[in-house]
Amino acid sequence: MYEKDFLKQLFHKIYTIRIFETECIKLYRQGLIRGYFHPYVGEEATAVGVCSALAEDDYIISTHRGHGHCIARGAQIDRMVAELLGKKTGYCSGLGGSMHIADVQAGNLGANGIVGGGIPIGVGAALGISIRKEKKVVAIFFSDGAANNGVFAESLNLAAIWNLPAIFLLENNHYAVSTPIEQSSRNQNLYERATGYGVHALAVDGNNVIEVFEQTKDARQMCIKGKGPVLIEAKTYRHGGHHVNDPGAYMPKDRLDYFKSKDPVTIAKKHLKEQGKMSESEIEKIEKEVETTMERAIDFAKESPELSFAEFNQMVMGY
Amino acid sequence: MARKSMIQAINEALHQKMEDDETVVVLGEDVGIDGGVFRATLGLIDKFGESRVMDTPLAESSIVGAAIGMAINGLKPVAEIQFLGFIYQGFDQILCHAARYLHRSQGRYSIPMVVRAPYGAGVKALEHHSESTEAHFAHIPGLTVVIPSTPKDAKGLLISSIEHPGPVIYLEPKRLYRYKKEEVPEEIYRTPIGKAETVREGADITLVGWGGMIPVMQEAAEHVDNEGVDAEVIDLRTILPFDVETITKSVEKTGRLVIVHEAPRSFGVGAEIAAIVGERNLLHLLAPIQRVTGYDIIPPLSKLEDYNYPNSERVVKAIHKTMEF
Ligand SMILES: Cc1ncc(C[n+]2csc(CCOP(=O)(O)OP(=O)(O)O)c2C)c(N)n1
Ligand SMILES: [Mg+2]
Repeated sequence: MYEKDFLKQLFHKIYTIRIFETECIKLYRQGLIRGYFHPYVGEEATAVGVCSALAEDDYIISTHRGHGHCIARGAQIDRMVAELLGKKTGYCSGLGGSMHIADVQAGNLGANGIVGGGIPIGVGAALGISIRKEKKVVAIFFSDGAANNGVFAESLNLAAIWNLPAIFLLENNHYAVSTPIEQSSRNQNLYERATGYGVHALAVDGNNVIEVFEQTKDARQMCIKGKGPVLIEAKTYRHGGHHVNDPGAYMPKDRLDYFKSKDPVTIAKKHLKEQGKMSESEIEKIEKEVETTMERAIDFAKESPELSFAEFNQMVMGY
Repeated sequence: MARKSMIQAINEALHQKMEDDETVVVLGEDVGIDGGVFRATLGLIDKFGESRVMDTPLAESSIVGAAIGMAINGLKPVAEIQFLGFIYQGFDQILCHAARYLHRSQGRYSIPMVVRAPYGAGVKALEHHSESTEAHFAHIPGLTVVIPSTPKDAKGLLISSIEHPGPVIYLEPKRLYRYKKEEVPEEIYRTPIGKAETVREGADITLVGWGGMIPVMQEAAEHVDNEGVDAEVIDLRTILPFDVETITKSVEKTGRLVIVHEAPRSFGVGAEIAAIVGERNLLHLLAPIQRVTGYDIIPPLSKLEDYNYPNSERVVKAIHKTMEF
């Protein structure tokens, strides 16, 4: 059994990610956010489950689909919206945008637009922990597409031979853009690849926040004891296309419906009701609060200034 | 003849070369069912099947490496890299192998392959999604680097690239994919590699650029035309090997040169052009050569993109400076 407060916190985070994404998608459609935007809708429980099992001074490293990781790790959503809008008050002064949010204070080592790019960097951070003999871990987020890139194999092997405190968090959402894993991997249990490198590995239901939390907690313990790395494959699914402008026409309706019926938000709510004994109206209160915070975040971002030409120039002339 | 956009012209070239030559195959991420993220490969998989149109896993190194392997074994692969900024793992295969095979095998293995990639600004994204790194490739002996700026050239140059016996890096200015439509011949035709095109004749000053910068330069040329300055605009079309003749002839005539590129200024292709003109045309020059380029920074996000990339205003300024020298 879990404490009511803990379950509430999980739901609060999951719902915050959901609202952040759905509201920002609207801003994108209004032309206020430019470039590419990869929503995390449908995958929220993975980030929240993982980050809730981490300690304050652990690290995460994120991906192009990284808003959920940031929020789960405690980022302020007002500064995130500002970043997406390219504003000076954003986490990277509006220079990084959706795909490059780094939140140093929260131990978020950054996201980047190169698929797989974060995996060896996360391994390096874990090596730093190991050399300094600290009791910390790095959670390395990446998805199935990245697992087909050579850098995954190299990183896994390095982490294995050096027993690094790294949790490889393979968010298997079954797609790399339009390419389904049935087409990109003969064995669709991607976690089994890690076994070949001598790495402890398992799969969890990525839409069930409690399951993800429990497995990450155990993985963290193993890493702290020097028995790392661990690979966790969280099976999940996008609720839409690859990015906001991708209708995702290639996603079979029955699969999508199946995963929508296992919506991370609904599951977290169920935990809250059944185990946390929370009433519908109490839950609604949380939802309202999240929505209001998001409204304020959007106002803050909209009212924030952009970098001026002079500031841009200064950047051009050297940091 | 029908009017087509650049993306349609590229798509047509692929369809026709695959029909024309059964050794032509296409591979890359999402090039099959999705038709490519920019729709360049639309319809190919329906017509030619999965054995000739291959959706690959996310593995740039293997995409390029496999293309090399197919090329030394009788096929003519056209590999797509989703954005030029995602090529770096494949860059290893290009630099270390594709460009060297012919030399290494003392002429026994040529590599008839094309690597296509969208490059440069235009989607208001940042970093890898908007960069213009043609200079990386132009610095590799053994490669051919091609960049069209019109639908017509896009088709003719892609056909020439597919038929070329060596490895070609074919870069597509994504900001021009749907910029305009023009008459594109229905049949297979070839636009010569290594030949620049003078898209506007002029007597007073030479503007040299390529790809996404051509409309910007044309706009600048029209602008100064009203002021009585007659600018010649040269579309380089092939970066490596570039058409030295056309540039030097033009500078002999005008005595003034402005080079325009999106890429960062330092060590860019513009520097090479300036060096060659310096070597060959010193006594023809009436003013120092100017470069209008992106800054030496990582491509920034959305609004700042407009500050970074050359626009016609900046080109006009450089023309003024050159004329007033
Ligand atoms: C090296 C590299 N190649 C290609 C791309 C273009 N791209 C962006 S996301 C993506 C799919 C990634 O799939 P996956 O790793 O499963 O992540 P997901 O989008 O499912 O979160 C691709 C091909 C890229 N960003 N980086
Ligand atoms: Mg995926």
